[in-house]
Amino acid sequence: MSAPALALSNITVTFVAADAEGKTYTAVSDTTLTVGAGEFVSVVGPTGCGKSTLLNVAAGLLEASAGEVRALGETLTGINGEAGYMFQSDALLPWLSAFDNVALGLRYRGVAETAIRERVEAWLARVGLAAHGNRYPHQLSGGMKKRVALAQMLILDPKILLMDEPFSALDVQTRQLMENELLELWSADRKSVVFITHDLEEAIALSDRVVVLSAGPATRPIGEFAIDLPRPRDVAEIRMTPRFVQLHAEIWRTMKDEVLKGYAQGQRT
Amino acid sequence: MRKPLPAGRLALFHALLLSAVFAFWYVMTEPGLIPPFFFEDANQAKFFFGQPGQVLARIWDWFAGGKIYVHLWITLVETMLAFVIGTLLGLGVGLWLALSPTASALADPYIKAMNAMPRVILAPIFAVWFGLGILSKVALGVTLVFFIVFFNVYQGVKEVSPVVLNNARMLGAGSRQLLRTVYVPSAMSWVFSSLHTSVGMAFVGAVVGEYLGSARGVGYLILQAEGAFDINTVFAGILVLTAFALALDALVSFAERRLLVWRPAQGETERL
Repeated sequence: MSAPALALSNITVTFVAADAEGKTYTAVSDTTLTVGAGEFVSVVGPTGCGKSTLLNVAAGLLEASAGEVRALGETLTGINGEAGYMFQSDALLPWLSAFDNVALGLRYRGVAETAIRERVEAWLARVGLAAHGNRYPHQLSGGMKKRVALAQMLILDPKILLMDEPFSALDVQTRQLMENELLELWSADRKSVVFITHDLEEAIALSDRVVVLSAGPATRPIGEFAIDLPRPRDVAEIRMTPRFVQLHAEIWRTMKDEVLKGYAQGQRT
Repeated sequence: MRKPLPAGRLALFHALLLSAVFAFWYVMTEPGLIPPFFFEDANQAKFFFGQPGQVLARIWDWFAGGKIYVHLWITLVETMLAFVIGTLLGLGVGLWLALSPTASALADPYIKAMNAMPRVILAPIFAVWFGLGILSKVALGVTLVFFIVFFNVYQGVKEVSPVVLNNARMLGAGSRQLLRTVYVPSAMSWVFSSLHTSVGMAFVGAVVGEYLGSARGVGYLILQAEGAFDINTVFAGILVLTAFALALDALVSFAERRLLVWRPAQGETERL
């Protein structure tokens, strides 16, 4: 078997507090996570447990204090060039139109302008924004911005997709539409996905595998569940199936204590 | 809150207010119209405050006779040069210091000191260095514009959203591409928001420089008239400068609207 798309081994991330000298905060502790080629893995955990930290390490935006990251078998140094990253908050460049935002990655790579035009227009059409290419981000709705961000990432055809609660700011209806759209785009060429979320239902509906993280500090995986629901799925309908409910109950048993722990910590601070 | 006046009515009131001021000016300075109550002589008010009729006549002479254009042109050239050079310098130095922590830490106290210094006082030095021509005025304007732009660029770079920055890096931006597509546009939006102030400052530099010593320019006209106690010409020069400044400001507003289309307008909602 070929090397996994993404392999995090024994990752520990310790931050040095800026205000108090000598004080440290360990966000992630001794975490090992492997994502196979074409696998859709969701990582769930209570709020503030260091999920995003883990993803930033995988992206190469943050250097781990200990441990190793391998992308397609190669040890990672610096930015992960194989990965596309979709951020939780607005990450579009506000001074560029939707078209230019989608074209950005290709322009960075020095692709010829005629080829860019063609590919960007195709991607804008694919995410249903063919008519909105010349709009600026502030003129787009939340869902439209997410579509632009999705096209911006996917046009570069990354092998690995890192998604940090990308739809958490959307309303429930828009969110389900976006989730279905994501699944459809993903099923076309089956990239490897790490999808961070705090929403267990979203995680089960989308993934092949769900990894549960413990409450912070010193987060580590405490459970892994294979999701054997048939594909293609409709995220709204699949929630009604008995198998979904069964999986949800099973994973929730593991997660519940951690969520309560995380909640208690939130209360104390 | 009371409703604002409709635009047409507002313009009418603006005109009325201006006419009232000129009428007041006329009544107070026209000899023999009202008995003098402050000055001993009826002609003294006119000597100190000029007369609106004479002032407007002087402005008319200037424009009809063509005498003013060369002076206006010189002032405009000085303002534009000071603005462009000051902005470019501010942009360059601002970007450099904001992106290099060592240089910024080193330069910080001196930047603060130079900003605190009343820089208009440099005008005589510039006159010695660059002579009484255009250059000394441009130099003064540049020192005034530079700091406004510099501080805005510095702020603009510091306030770049870390998420946007990370996104650009994940999309494969190298450090020069980051500078071009993220830092500079972010800094430029801050520079544009200070455009009104910096154009105004370039103008101040030009006029003050001319006033302190020159052979051409609107400031020179005022200086000359003042030397001859020709108060009407002084007022005429001030009015021309004001109109000129308003025109520059309108130009800036126009440029701002064209260049910052990507920015959400303040309060874009419409009240029904």
